[in-house]
Amino acid sequence: MSLLEVKQLTKNFGGLSAVSMVNMQLEDNELVGLIGPNGAGKTTLFNLLTGVYEPTEGVIDLEVDGKKTSLIKQKTYAITSMGLGRTFQNIRLFKDLTVLENVLIGMHEKNKVGTIASIFRTPAYYAAEEKMRIEALELLKLFNLETKVAELAKNLPYGEQRRLEIVRALATKPKILFLDEPAAGMNPQETASLTSLIRQIQKEFKITILLIEHDMSLVMDVCERIYVLEYGRMIAHGTPDEIKTNEAVIKAYLGGE
Amino acid sequence: MKQFNKKNFGWLIFIAAIYILIQVGTATGIINAFYEITLMTILINVILATGLNLIIGFSGQFSLGHAGFMAIGAYCTGVISIKYPTVLGLMGGLLLGIAIASLVALLVGIPTLRLKGDYLAIATLGVAEIIRIVILNMNDITNGAAGLSGIPFIANWQITFAFIVISLIVIMNYIKSSPGRATISIREDEIAAESMGINTTKYKIIAFVLGAASAAIAGGLHASYFSVIRPADFTFMKSVDILIIVVFGGLGSMTGSVVAAIVLGILNVYLQPFGQLRMIIYSVALVAIMVFRPSGLLGTKEFTISGLLDRKSKKKSMKEGEAE
Repeated sequence: MSLLEVKQLTKNFGGLSAVSMVNMQLEDNELVGLIGPNGAGKTTLFNLLTGVYEPTEGVIDLEVDGKKTSLIKQKTYAITSMGLGRTFQNIRLFKDLTVLENVLIGMHEKNKVGTIASIFRTPAYYAAEEKMRIEALELLKLFNLETKVAELAKNLPYGEQRRLEIVRALATKPKILFLDEPAAGMNPQETASLTSLIRQIQKEFKITILLIEHDMSLVMDVCERIYVLEYGRMIAHGTPDEIKTNEAVIKAYLGGE
Repeated sequence: MKQFNKKNFGWLIFIAAIYILIQVGTATGIINAFYEITLMTILINVILATGLNLIIGFSGQFSLGHAGFMAIGAYCTGVISIKYPTVLGLMGGLLLGIAIASLVALLVGIPTLRLKGDYLAIATLGVAEIIRIVILNMNDITNGAAGLSGIPFIANWQITFAFIVISLIVIMNYIKSSPGRATISIREDEIAAESMGINTTKYKIIAFVLGAASAAIAGGLHASYFSVIRPADFTFMKSVDILIIVVFGGLGSMTGSVVAAIVLGILNVYLQPFGQLRMIIYSVALVAIMVFRPSGLLGTKEFTISGLLDRKSKKKSMKEGEAE
């Protein structure tokens, strides 16, 4: 089976169908784009996959340890620990904490340190804390944030905040990383460096990335496959070249007869 | 052993110094009987404020029910130590208080901690009132509205001081650890915390239970020292008093809460001669401080011994070229 399988996924808000009958598959170690005009339901789809909303209908199955596991009615935190990491469209860092602490929080669930062990400062606590710290610093170094570890997250420049959000999501050791408009508000140079960053993540971490993006150049540039949503429906699916020439997609973006 | 590092050694000396200072004060009579009451009020408020700060300032859950948990601790200790007027009786009462308060916090926390902001505040306020009314009506155990009197005086300031040290170590160790960071992340951004794989309900409840347990300790010590407790001592106003200390010291700063409890306690003593005007001056002082320092005395910063040492050793190394 595929790593993530979405079948007939539907979400109705009252009379409005924000996502309807969406099918989607994600395989191991691929870079997939999800595009669509404003209000097409991209973020709603993200929120359905990550357990923020409960779908009205449909199936979401994730392969966990070789077994098919349904993500329906699972809590967000449980879904994250099964291997879905995400970033947010409007950055949601822990602003008043340091860069290092942000990453350490991402690592918490995978490095269970018990409350009792922490209160009594057992050797196990020190060992786990040390291990997390080393891992976090390594991760930050990989993304050129090692000089900023003691900085408060809110004091970082915008581009670095975006980068930190990705690092923090990677700290949860995801199998699939959802990036919700990572290039939003970036200038062309920043977008270019983001592009290489995304490639680097896929190569070094061997994970699947699902990218929601408005910036066409970015999506066309890095994605191997692209899904296109419009009014909650999946109107097209294919390689970047296929999508570029797809009539339904052109119509959705540019309008037309 | 990693516990015995420079930082912890610094704190140890700091704590010992304060202890000796109070000891000398009481022995020489500088801290007379009247000041000792103030001292005890301050010490008990320190425990209450740090516990509430864990709930409000660190997990970001606005609770107005602290007096309820304090009442549980006070009555447990009162009832048990009247029967067994020994140190062991006091400890038994405190333990029972901690157990019941934690259990109530757990049972109450599971449904109410889903609520946010104002709604949670109202719910916890309700819980504290329920606890008070229950105590008021359990006539044969709690003696109703008249309250318990003649609780044997066992908890002197030394015992209270020991409990402050223990509860502060527990709370500080908790917040300066991975579960503690998980708790703080809920305050910072609950949705982001969830998407980091953190079971937010679990950590909210842990913070709530730890806070309730420390309030029970404070209540028990209060009962044992002042020897008279009435349900009217544990109303909504008591919760607000503690809340004032927490906000005044800075939400998210444990040392801020300690400092605020001391400052407000001393301020109260100096305002004694003003009689009726006292509460007005006290309130004006609060307003003034909140205007000039809206995030409290220390904000979210902590006072640390190592920070102090670093600063000193930097100065020293600048002067002498080498630190010790």
